Amino acid sequence: MLRLITGVVLAGSLLIGCSGDHTESKSKEAGVITASGSTFAYPVVSKWAEKYYTNTQVQINYQATGSGAGIRQIQERIVDFAATDTPLTTNDLAKNQLVQFPLVLGGIAIVANLDGIKSGAVALDGTTLARIFSSDITTWNDPAIVKLNPTVNLPTLPITIVHRSDGSGTTYNFTDYLSKVSPDWQKNIGLGTMVHWKAGVGAKGNAGIAAYVARVPGAIGYVEYAYAKQEGLSWLALYNRDGKIVAPHQDSFAAAAANAKWQQTPDFDLLLTDQPGANSWPITATVFILLPKVIDDEKKANLMLAFFDWLYREGQPIATQLDYVPLPANVYALVADHWAKTLQNAAGKLLWAPNQAATANSSSSSTPSSHP
Amino acid sequence: MLLARQKWWSIDNLFVGTTKLFALLVFFLVFAIVAALIHASYPAAQAFGFEFLTTDTWNPVIGEFSALAAMSGTVLTALIALVVGVPLSFGIAVFISELAPAWLKRPLSITIELMAGIPSIIYGMWGLFVLAPLMAYYVQPSLHNTLGTIPVIGHLFSGPMIGIGLFTAGLILAVMVIPLIAAVMQDLLHTVPTVIREAAYGTGATRWEVIWHVIVPYIRTGLIGSIILGFGRALGETMAVTFVIGNAHKLTSALFSPGTSISSVIANEFAEATGKLYPAALLELGLILFFITFIVLACARLLLYRYKH
Repeated sequence: MLRLITGVVLAGSLLIGCSGDHTESKSKEAGVITASGSTFAYPVVSKWAEKYYTNTQVQINYQATGSGAGIRQIQERIVDFAATDTPLTTNDLAKNQLVQFPLVLGGIAIVANLDGIKSGAVALDGTTLARIFSSDITTWNDPAIVKLNPTVNLPTLPITIVHRSDGSGTTYNFTDYLSKVSPDWQKNIGLGTMVHWKAGVGAKGNAGIAAYVARVPGAIGYVEYAYAKQEGLSWLALYNRDGKIVAPHQDSFAAAAANAKWQQTPDFDLLLTDQPGANSWPITATVFILLPKVIDDEKKANLMLAFFDWLYREGQPIATQLDYVPLPANVYALVADHWAKTLQNAAGKLLWAPNQAATANSSSSSTPSSHP
Repeated sequence: MLLARQKWWSIDNLFVGTTKLFALLVFFLVFAIVAALIHASYPAAQAFGFEFLTTDTWNPVIGEFSALAAMSGTVLTALIALVVGVPLSFGIAVFISELAPAWLKRPLSITIELMAGIPSIIYGMWGLFVLAPLMAYYVQPSLHNTLGTIPVIGHLFSGPMIGIGLFTAGLILAVMVIPLIAAVMQDLLHTVPTVIREAAYGTGATRWEVIWHVIVPYIRTGLIGSIILGFGRALGETMAVTFVIGNAHKLTSALFSPGTSISSVIANEFAEATGKLYPAALLELGLILFFITFIVLACARLLLYRYKH
């Protein structure tokens, strides 16, 4: 029995060895980087990868496995980098020898199925939203909702909560917001990629929530903004931290990012929910990248950093097209600075020079194929 | 005629040895899966003990997990599938093998086989986009107003009428188990000797009497076996159920309410399950499903055994 197991393990490691060789032989031509994680970031990362491949012949294989799986895979160094919607704490980063930085932003919209009520006609504040999602408020014409929307003719419809059935970074950001604005939520439910919902139906993925909300009259759910727009769902406006009514839009997501205190937060361990500022959308989510702190394969490290550098500098229009929000330029400066201080090869040599940013792309695009 | 000398390395021996190895691999695989499940679910078993099976909390935030809600959802949806699917399957099988004119038998059997070949995700999408709205607007309100008024069992037909929940999941499962149950029942009907059938007709019995009083008693155990086989199939179905069950960790007997099943919990949550207890709890759910299905299928095989020999 034991010999059998050893045999299987040996065969397995041989296979892994082969695939490793395979990647290496390919990387002699242009370079292959494997990555996994956030489904929230998948549309933009895959678009970036496609464009970057035509520019440089460097192939980025990104698998949308979900943030949690991405974190597990980078911890075991199965992938070259991981993307996650839930930042790791400084402690976890140190324990796993990882470096973390923000990549791109997006917004989470609250969508509802209310016949005859247009997008933005109904506005909710954080407390009321938390009471709805903890099924403390169960009908649309509850006094708490009517009080916030005296001019809207709210139906007597029961509220059907639609939440994510799969563990999700979107849920993490959403419940983080509710925990910040509602002590009751924080005490009774809390935040997580999956929480103990008191009521409602679970749907898989942003697309699942969009489908359920579109189907069930009186439903309310939370989805990445792009999905709300695509599916033509009507969204609700929210009162932000400054007490202003805001609509989910790239501008209001960007406002939240501009007002965030990145500089004061070690390892960028910051969620952009409930940020100050008159125009800030309160449920803005960030996608983070996790890299190993020590990268043995220096060539691969340079390829990855060149890719990130490229997308901070030139990949922004692609992000904007897909309803994501690029990081503000001052935050990128912080990120590059962070690379310069942390990333190193096995010998302890730093991999990124603070002034390298400007030249990185010219060097990475020096592969023959990019000069037709 | 030349007799080839049988050396230990002869093609024939090699062939026999290889097939034997492949066959033994099956034992090894099943054993390895059970061992891996037990090993991986050990942290959860240690943390929650027997309570894992008797409570219905599922709170990843504070790390408390238990299986009752998922277990009950799994069994309830499979039971609904049988209540709806068994009479239909029986009718289909009897019609095809006893009553249908010869030209209709083949097209019918082929259609039933096609039903079995449809990928389950297609059933799920059909369930969510076609069946669920029909349930919400027509079926659930009318059931609620009729069967829902009967004392005791009336409670079953309550809950939010949104077309997504245990009841719809059960119906989808019914559609999915029909091909399997109908096929096994057809095979059983073929085992009834023609002599018995003709003797019964010869005494002047009607078709109803022949089928109900002669043929069914002859294959009774096998029929039960086929039903249990369908039950086992319904227990493990994942994708189609996940689409329409509502995925709520709630212990409920109101069939219109959203619920969850073991396989859909695992499919939904495994990718993002972090920490030690969360994945272990999901794997323990898997182990429970494995045992339930194993026992159910073993029963079915035992009951069907004598018809094969």
